[in-house]
Amino acid sequence: MDAVEQNTWTRLGGTREHTSDGDVANMTDDENGGMSIGFRSTNGGVSVHLDPGEVSILRSLATQILGLIEPGSTGDDPLERALGIGSPAPPSDPVLARLFPPAYGDDEEASGEFRRYTEATLRDAKRADATTLLETLAPGELELTVPQGQAWLRTINDVRLALGVRLEVTEEVHEEVAEMSEDDPRYPAYVTYDWLTYLQDTLVRALW
Amino acid sequence: MGSTAPAEVERPSSDVRPDRPWLTIVWNDPVNLMSYVTYVFQTVFGYPRQKAEKLMMDVHYKGKAVVASGTREEMERDVQILHSYGLWATVQQDK
Repeated sequence: MDAVEQNTWTRLGGTREHTSDGDVANMTDDENGGMSIGFRSTNGGVSVHLDPGEVSILRSLATQILGLIEPGSTGDDPLERALGIGSPAPPSDPVLARLFPPAYGDDEEASGEFRRYTEATLRDAKRADATTLLETLAPGELELTVPQGQAWLRTINDVRLALGVRLEVTEEVHEEVAEMSEDDPRYPAYVTYDWLTYLQDTLVRALW
Repeated sequence: MGSTAPAEVERPSSDVRPDRPWLTIVWNDPVNLMSYVTYVFQTVFGYPRQKAEKLMMDVHYKGKAVVASGTREEMERDVQILHSYGLWATVQQDK
């Protein structure tokens, strides 16, 4: 599992930032110069300040997730379509295989049956979450209800899972980013991943 | 029947062994955050923070943890919800 350090992260654009006491959730804009400090709790939900570059990255990644997770396909049979019954075959793409893992570790047939009856519903749920993020995403100060915040949480996690597969990340990813040369071709993707990790962690804590 | 009705899956009769409960197991992975996994256990199962953290630590340090037990249908429903949160969860019968 990923044990993110809350007081250290690498900012998008490559400038490394350290907060003074790790208590990022309680900092005000004055204390951090107006830069993104992640999510905070509000009366009715959560809020975050995102700059246009951050919005652009989130929009691009959530759109890619929507492109990757096609609507649940359920074959031609009208009854199977009505019941959301799809194919028992696992996805061949490694990212989709991670987002829709087998439900039975030791029983391929049972996993196939489970997938047939659940994957279409699960695809639709993940697409609805990503759509919520895209519809609420905007630069500046952003307020989300708790259900919207939870949709963001699951989509940011899906994006991190997808990047995690493509980048083959390990539990030491933050140390790797911290030591990585900014000239390393992997650096931009790793910094994005690290920023999403930080953003997700602040969102969990704001929703708690 | 509406499209959101849960689908009933027919089981071979040899699968029915009421003496052994079914389990929902969550496996460790390098991406899911410790804070997030704790939050998911609290949200999905209604576990108190302390129990959710204990289970999260078991997943992290032992590689996996049994997070729920019950009927096969209940465990499949749990696994489907955990997959919606991106956790690596599986169903198996208790040995």
